[in-house]
Amino acid sequence: MDKMKTGELACQELVELITEYLEGTLVPNERVRFEQHLTTCAGCRAYLEQMRRMIRTLGAITEEEIPEDALEQPLQTFRGWKHDQK
Amino acid sequence: MVRLAMIYVGNRETAKDVVQEAWLGVLQGLGRFEGRAALKTWIFSILIHRAKTRGQRENRTIPFSAWSDADPLEPTVDPERFLPSDHPQWARHWSTFPRNWDAIPEEQLLSAETVQVIRQAIDRLEPSQREVITLRDLEGWSSAEVCNVLQIKETNQRVLLHRARAKVRRALESFFDERDLSRPSR
Repeated sequence: MDKMKTGELACQELVELITEYLEGTLVPNERVRFEQHLTTCAGCRAYLEQMRRMIRTLGAITEEEIPEDALEQPLQTFRGWKHDQK
Repeated sequence: MVRLAMIYVGNRETAKDVVQEAWLGVLQGLGRFEGRAALKTWIFSILIHRAKTRGQRENRTIPFSAWSDADPLEPTVDPERFLPSDHPQWARHWSTFPRNWDAIPEEQLLSAETVQVIRQAIDRLEPSQREVITLRDLEGWSSAEVCNVLQIKETNQRVLLHRARAKVRRALESFFDERDLSRPSR
């Protein structure tokens, strides 16, 4: 991707920059173009919001089955290991 | 840890086994732990190493090199979604806008069926993309931690994350659109 391009971003370019935008790794010039585009484009705003909502959702998913022996397992391993050390 | 191990091995039982092995490895290696890495990344490196070894033994893990020729410039959004580049006014702009998800209630997003859609999408990812999105977005690791544990460069990590997120978003989008849960964004 040509980082030195100027002028308006196309939506198709913006969607490929979205992770860099969210990661905060866009160079300042690109960031300005990105944000300028957002102010005028409802489609890209929706796309960005979808991404943000998805990322929040992924972070809220818990492991489906937290085994009741979650702590018991490492403890048992530890006991076995201590025993072998003797 | 079980969730992470499952990236590499076929089933939950094996994954649990691998976690157990990893803990043992941690205990055995604790004396050699130099404290250069954070304890967390060190423990997870051991886990990933064991899980990969086990996965290979079970022929589950596809060697990563098999994926490396995937074109990093391949678009992550269906080109059909955009107007052609010779369009007089709106070249490469949306032909139809993505829809809004803001009316979707939180309970729907975290419902069993949505989570199922997400899981399936993640399962279908290439292994390296699955690793990165699992650690970054499900486990909430920083990019530095992920790069450290997976021994990959920051830029590579970002590309993998980008492609993984785009695919999961696509799966969610079709699901929400089919169910008519999203609304027009205009």
